[in-house]
Amino acid sequence: MTLNGRVVKDKTGFLVRRQNPYVSWISVVVILGLWECVGRLGLVPPLFLPCFSAVLTSGYEMVKSGEIFSHLFASLWRIGWGFFLGAGAGILTGIVVGYFQLADDAARPLVAATYPIPKIAILPLLILWLGIGEGSKVAVITLGVFFPVVINVRAGVRNVDPLLIKAALSLGSGPFNVIRKVILPMSLPMIFAGLKLGIGIALLLVVTAEMIAADKGIGFLILSSADLMQTTRLLFGIMVLSVMGVSFAWVLERLERFLLPWRE
Amino acid sequence: MKAVVHNISKSFENPDGTVFDALQNISLTISEGEFVAVVGRSGCGKSTLLNIVAGLLPATRGEVVFEDLTGDDRPLTSVVFQDLALFPWRSVKKNITYGLEEQKVPPEMRDERAVKLIELVGLKGFEAHYPHQLSGGMKQRTAIARSLAVNPELLLMDEPFSALDAQIRMDMQIELSRIYETTGQSFLYITHYIPEAVFLADRVVVMGGRPGMIQSIVSIDLPRPREEKIKVSPEFVDYLDRIWSEVRGKSQEFGADR
Repeated sequence: MTLNGRVVKDKTGFLVRRQNPYVSWISVVVILGLWECVGRLGLVPPLFLPCFSAVLTSGYEMVKSGEIFSHLFASLWRIGWGFFLGAGAGILTGIVVGYFQLADDAARPLVAATYPIPKIAILPLLILWLGIGEGSKVAVITLGVFFPVVINVRAGVRNVDPLLIKAALSLGSGPFNVIRKVILPMSLPMIFAGLKLGIGIALLLVVTAEMIAADKGIGFLILSSADLMQTTRLLFGIMVLSVMGVSFAWVLERLERFLLPWRE
Repeated sequence: MKAVVHNISKSFENPDGTVFDALQNISLTISEGEFVAVVGRSGCGKSTLLNIVAGLLPATRGEVVFEDLTGDDRPLTSVVFQDLALFPWRSVKKNITYGLEEQKVPPEMRDERAVKLIELVGLKGFEAHYPHQLSGGMKQRTAIARSLAVNPELLLMDEPFSALDAQIRMDMQIELSRIYETTGQSFLYITHYIPEAVFLADRVVVMGGRPGMIQSIVSIDLPRPREEKIKVSPEFVDYLDRIWSEVRGKSQEFGADR
């Protein structure tokens, strides 16, 4: 059967998004290849931009000698403690100010005044108080992680559907169990949003703190390599930071999926 | 035991300082094992009344008393809300056992009770599902089972079926009626849908006016167990007619439908 007239076409066709898994790999390979070519063809002096392969070689040597690990573990240790303390204090404070109006009224002006301070500006003061060692570095990371976590957790707690709280009360829950069994799980997505922001800030602060005063750590590696014009080592340090950032995000993502299997 | 709603009034203060009277002098007794439905137009205060009875909203005047309960006994009044309020992070079974956890019932007994209730509401095979994986009717069943689980003194339902499509709504009415007839649980059921009230209830309370008042109470003498075909019987239609004219009459008198 043949029909005469205009055929109706799917107008939404251009909106369909198809994933292109190969393209993601190709783009990485192309960029690294270009980088390599720039060096091999001598377009830029290796002091400014060494070949990708030279960076890898230099990195391999640092791995073999174990040097990179002493820097990596120093940084990880600082991030670990800073993140743990900052996130822990942030979650607790966030729940308290989110739940108790009195605490919120008391804390709001303090948070508003201290949140905008770039945390690195406080590092000299922290060094004065805690010494030039690990304490001041962990403290500055703790502060940096604390604020985004506290703000997100507070928002999460305040936005819990009041109907769910009513449901829990009608089933016999007391105020403490409402916090523990309704508000806490319901705020978990927001808590994770805060943790993801916090881990990014932790990475930023650890590098900065190590550039100011340290004899170990990825930030120290980068700065000292620059001082000695060892651009390959400097670039390898930056690559390690990239891997660290991606790994942290991945771990938090996994943890979130594990803890929140109920999300659509 | 009886639940006595004694002379409840409720006023809200508007942001501009004026006072809005939502309920005035509501008195009502719900006997043990009785199914009471409250009908009335939107805005007549029936949901406000439910929240007061549930202890989720303070009354301005009057009180709700559960007779024969003394001392530390806290009357349990579980609610099935219009929007259900299932806990999204808990599976069907964990939702149902929530109240039992709060009553410190040991885990084996919780499981036992959950199995029975899942059977009663027809959710077998869906114990491990999360609410977002369920259809509207199945969410309803979960919410009803969760409220039944705690053996409440009074089970309150606030227009629970209004979000369901007509066919499922009918099925759920029959289901709820069967659950009521099997469990002997006392119910206070809010709806604006008169046939639903007549089909389910032993007594229908008609509310109307502003502020909301009880306008009349109609006893429904239809045989139980109630089946779907009862809805076409002349007695059923008579009840509908009577309640409908009550609702309409009072609204006009008070100008509530503007």
